[in-house]
Amino acid sequence: MTFRVHIHIVPRRGLLDPQGKAVNDALHALGFADVRDVRIGRHLVVETGGASAAAAEKSAQAMCEKLLANPVTEDFEIARVEAL
Amino acid sequence: MKFGIITFPGSNCDDDAVHAVVDQLGETAIRLWHKDHDLQDVDVVVLPGGFSYGDALRAGAIARFSPIMREVIEHADRGAPVLGICNGFQIACEAGLLPGALLRNADSRFASQFVTVRVEHADTAFTNKYREGQLLRIPIAHGEGRFTADAETLERLEGEGQVVFRYTDATGRRTPAANPNGSQNDIAGVRNARGNVLGLMPHPERAVEALLGSTDGLGLFESLLATVTV
Repeated sequence: MTFRVHIHIVPRRGLLDPQGKAVNDALHALGFADVRDVRIGRHLVVETGGASAAAAEKSAQAMCEKLLANPVTEDFEIARVEAL
Repeated sequence: MKFGIITFPGSNCDDDAVHAVVDQLGETAIRLWHKDHDLQDVDVVVLPGGFSYGDALRAGAIARFSPIMREVIEHADRGAPVLGICNGFQIACEAGLLPGALLRNADSRFASQFVTVRVEHADTAFTNKYREGQLLRIPIAHGEGRFTADAETLERLEGEGQVVFRYTDATGRRTPAANPNGSQNDIAGVRNARGNVLGLMPHPERAVEALLGSTDGLGLFESLLATVTV
């Protein structure tokens, strides 16, 4: 089976994210006064084979740990696994 | 003495490193390709600057898995010297040869300028031809040089004397304005615990002759020459 795995990777909270800060400031300038923090990361869409959705998710987890996310500075989340 | 200069797809300071080693230091440079699996008995491995794999994903993240990195990690594990310059520093961090990570500069700008760095420790394989506290004028050219580590790692680096180079102003004082990228503790270069792997964002290989505006980087290569007995 083929699965489409959606992965979110964001800079760890507490680390300066210059892009996020610029957007945060721009949102404030536009009147979105309630905005407290913006962090900008990546959304990866990985299509992968696998025996089941759980197997595809487990594989994606390993991909994040090995390559896709930097354990020093980033957090990741497997947001969604779709069967194709 | 043989320096092995590795070229990854997107390296662009490999020639500068060869020039520094061959034309200024008078030693041998072996060009190594990222797909090689043979370090050809080089004494020192240099991971040069550039934009390996176009900085896809994160700077250094893909190069870290290049075939030759297996041998580079073995070389480091034997205690032999590895020098990571700029993108090479990023690759060394991604490979776990050095602690921490290098993030986008705090002001989001690509920084291309001469900076002053202070030699914090002159008792390393990479700095024994300098004096402790010596100020070096060396260029930087990077967009992602903000050294970042967790609090515990940072404390260990400081406590164990692993912070080898720090950004200062021209008089040797640490000021926010002298830090070009927002690095924690003004860190410009660190070594591993064992002392055989050094990474730095400034480019010593671009400061090896008067024509380039500075000769202050040559001491790093001379230090390695003095350290390694061939």
